[in-house]
Amino acid sequence: MSRFEYAPALESRAIVDIKSSYGLFINGAFTEATDGKPFKTISPASEEVLAEVSEAGPADVDKAVRAARRAFDKVWGPMAGRDRAKYLYRIARLIQERARELAVLESLDNGKPIRESRDVDIPLVAAHFFYYAGWADKLEYAGAGDDPQPWGVAGQVIPWNFPLLMLAWKIAPALAAGNTVVLKPAETTPLTALAFAEICQQADLPPGVVNIVTGAGRTGQALVEHPDVNKVAFTGSTAVGRAIAKSVAGTDKAVTLELGGKAANIVFEDAPIDQTIEGIVNGIFFNQGHVCCAGSRLLVQESVYDEVLGRLKRRMESLRVGDPLDKNTDIGAINSAAQLAKIRELSQVGEDEGSERWSPECELPAQGFWFPPTVFTGVSQAHRIAREEIFGPVLSVLTFRTPAEAVEKANNTPFGLSAGIWTEKGSRILWMANQLRAGVVWANTFNRFDPTSPFGGYKESGYGREGGRHGLEAYLAH
Amino acid sequence: MPTKDGARLEVRKTYKLYIGGAFPRSESGRAYAVNNTKGKFLANASQASRKDARDAVVAARKAFGGWSGKTAYNRGQILYRIAEVMEGRHEQFSAEVAASEGLSISKARAAVDASIDRWVWYAGWADKLAQIVGSSNPVAGPYFDFSLPEATGIVAVLAPQESSLLGLTSVIAPAIVSGNTVVAVSSFERPLPAITLGEVMATSDLPGGVVNLLTGSASEIGPWLASHMDVNAIDLCGISDPDEARDLEAASAENLKRVRRPAVEDWSESPGLSRMTQYLELKTVWHPIGV
Amino acid sequence: MLARVTTTDNGVDSLADVTSSEDRLRRFLLGLPGVDQVGAEARAATLSTRSIKTTAKAYALDLAIQMIDLTTLEGSDTPGKVRALCAKAKRPDPADPTAPQVAAVCVYPDLVATAKFELRGTGINVASVATAFPSGRSSLAIKVQDTKDAVAAGADEVDMVIDRGAFLSGRYGLVFDEIAAIRDAAGDAHLKVILETGELVTYDNVRRASWLAMLAGADFIKTSTGKISPAATLPVTLVMLEAVRDYHESTGLHIGVKPAGGIRTAKDAIKYLVTVNETAGPDWLDPELFRFGASSLLNDLLMQRTKLATGHYPGPDYFTLD
Repeated sequence: MSRFEYAPALESRAIVDIKSSYGLFINGAFTEATDGKPFKTISPASEEVLAEVSEAGPADVDKAVRAARRAFDKVWGPMAGRDRAKYLYRIARLIQERARELAVLESLDNGKPIRESRDVDIPLVAAHFFYYAGWADKLEYAGAGDDPQPWGVAGQVIPWNFPLLMLAWKIAPALAAGNTVVLKPAETTPLTALAFAEICQQADLPPGVVNIVTGAGRTGQALVEHPDVNKVAFTGSTAVGRAIAKSVAGTDKAVTLELGGKAANIVFEDAPIDQTIEGIVNGIFFNQGHVCCAGSRLLVQESVYDEVLGRLKRRMESLRVGDPLDKNTDIGAINSAAQLAKIRELSQVGEDEGSERWSPECELPAQGFWFPPTVFTGVSQAHRIAREEIFGPVLSVLTFRTPAEAVEKANNTPFGLSAGIWTEKGSRILWMANQLRAGVVWANTFNRFDPTSPFGGYKESGYGREGGRHGLEAYLAH
Repeated sequence: MPTKDGARLEVRKTYKLYIGGAFPRSESGRAYAVNNTKGKFLANASQASRKDARDAVVAARKAFGGWSGKTAYNRGQILYRIAEVMEGRHEQFSAEVAASEGLSISKARAAVDASIDRWVWYAGWADKLAQIVGSSNPVAGPYFDFSLPEATGIVAVLAPQESSLLGLTSVIAPAIVSGNTVVAVSSFERPLPAITLGEVMATSDLPGGVVNLLTGSASEIGPWLASHMDVNAIDLCGISDPDEARDLEAASAENLKRVRRPAVEDWSESPGLSRMTQYLELKTVWHPIGV
Repeated sequence: MLARVTTTDNGVDSLADVTSSEDRLRRFLLGLPGVDQVGAEARAATLSTRSIKTTAKAYALDLAIQMIDLTTLEGSDTPGKVRALCAKAKRPDPADPTAPQVAAVCVYPDLVATAKFELRGTGINVASVATAFPSGRSSLAIKVQDTKDAVAAGADEVDMVIDRGAFLSGRYGLVFDEIAAIRDAAGDAHLKVILETGELVTYDNVRRASWLAMLAGADFIKTSTGKISPAATLPVTLVMLEAVRDYHESTGLHIGVKPAGGIRTAKDAIKYLVTVNETAGPDWLDPELFRFGASSLLNDLLMQRTKLATGHYPGPDYFTLD
């Protein structure tokens, strides 16, 4: 009998209309950059140039911050909460209406599988705007006092792993609380943020309430360090987060940081084994492992090590790596050449340190940036691949014998963003959840997100929370 | 000096540091003269060094698991016990505050009253905080999802320079009530009430190491605490120089400490939640709901 | 009784031990890993998002047709109805001789002879439900005789029901013994064991019942009678596919899986095939190891097949209703 080979099932690109070049979105209009050079954004799956994007220099950032300040003082700050809410509801609806287009655009620019951008990213983006829209006229119930006030102008810098979702996590609560925004998307994934700028126009959002400045680190630095920014929100690497924390020292700026992680995903011998394997796979291979809360350290109880590893490898053999726009793709492209180089380098370190590397047979496309799903066994706490965030589809497997040892190993890291627990024993789940020093603990599940659910880290994974009432508090002065 | 009329010669108190539940002198062997506001010698205080700070952080880390792991009810009882024991030492605190701050004895007594009442206020928060700042999150899926506050870890406190007891109480109590442990540097010029407070703590069932009190210079010890990689948060309220505060904040960024910037504070006002929530982490837990 | 051990040469003997006493069997079944409902359903939902197009769809449609146990299990069944069904089984699409035959026709025992006669020489099997189908509420003696009657009338396959009452009250030995007895009574006929997962309710029970049936000698494990709602669902079938996969790993034996009831569209059938492909693996993409218990599904598969071949949407009037 012949094999059941899935024929290519490509999502159509026709739905997106990418312009050849984009300006900066300042004060409600796309404008030419005054002091930066344009740069190209490419599809990481093919290296095809998608568009040319403007780099905002300090003068452009200043212009954007001024526009945001004006909008804050004249329009958005004085506006009744119920009207801010209506704008946010409009935006949420427009995102739903343009969901497929945004999903395709996200997959094109980021490299993530269309299944994820379509079923996870974009629905969550709309849900975030819906959730925070409802807060805009209820701020006095948010736990920040009877008369909570916005900070003013929020400078927000987001990463490339969930471009539009991170934008939503930043902009929705900021606007609900009455702040205005200057946001810088990542330089490799600016297109959905620019599409969002169009959505702001379609929603008739007053000019200056949302400003999008594209660019790289220099642009982000100019934004974070701008003296008229009141609130800084950053998601990205711990190294950059640290630099931001230093740069705002001595100012009045409020800061929230959502940084790196090296989550332990802990499997006990009584785990629901098949769902656990799915959870491990989802934990590390979701979004190519470009997830700050990825379950990148698998801690397996020694008594079930062989079984778990055997089943995991078998499952990994069924993962489909390839064209992000193919609806059957499980693992798409690595976002950039630089990220691919980093993953390769750390994987090489893993081998050099004596860990055993395994990947299923999989054919990788010739063009673009690709890395196969990979598991390292024989990893110990001392190995770099057990300590450093790889931010790719690379899993390090360690073992433990007792719950206390699992906790000790899980917590033995400067990070503290997330953790996973797999066991059928309820009291153990609660004990483990208590002991783990991490901001999000998934028990018998992994990588679940919801606008009502606060997300953020302990220790060097940053501070502040995004999502839920707590996420709103971060945008209210108190 | 012998007494002329045969009255009893007083036993003077030696003020030492309070680290890990014990009262050591500074490892540096240093002490400094503490005067009242009119310049009259009151006592010698130990002048804590960076190594004392290091030892205090070790003691605070050692105490953290046990303290944060206690039931909130138990922590509340212990904070209340601190208030009870302070009440018994009211006169001593009043005399020290009066001498340290140059207050009339009646104003000093009022400050001690307020300090004791503040411990009582915070004691009551121990088992209510999670209900106020935690949440149950109605996620769009078959999951039970809740968020609970947890102590951040070790909080370094550079205590207020002016308000020697009420200010100190107002910065330590909100940190420990939720399970944090503290390394505090007292007011440099007004350290005596701090050490007496340590003596109260040592006899109030507060486990050793939960609060560690260093007398000495915040400017000298602060940078070591700010850059210490095992300190999770820092309160800079005792630093008045903006440049110094900026440098301490920048040093604190190294391990992403939660930083409380200096601000104008009126310690007699109702404190609100912000000093407690400053040193809390929020943990969100998900679990599927199924049969 | 408790004894049936069915392992191949390279099978693992430890499983033999499992059935050496009721207590051991019980401990084994209760010791199987749990199934998290939300996780299992999420996995099935993800598999449902696979997009099967063009050549893959053509392959899947024809395979699905060949996996059908074309079924009629009504009190109103007559020889005439069964004859019509057999005609449909032999030539599902009168307009298109390239449409493959189904795997079997499934009827009540008293109509086995009719079906057998109609299907002679076609290679299409006759399957018969037995053992006081659908409730199973009768004595073992009657269930054995029911089975023997069906086989004597020519049934190639016997679809038995387990005693759900016994299972739910924890009398696993009784359920085991009954399956083993029917296994013996069925002789050379293939034995499909219906778990009636809609009455077992939890996926933990589905997994336990799957193992119990396999250990007792089932050739196939089947979800449902079709008389209880819910009948077959994708997550239940997923859990059963995991069980046969794991059993194969332990014993080297291939046990088949048959979802039955409620699968009416080609789209649904393809989701099941995707789940088979990515759970038990390609070995199970074979009518010997995977069947659909269905009736109306066939016409939808045929319509989709026509759409794929002609490029036009077909109408139901062009497909026979039997």
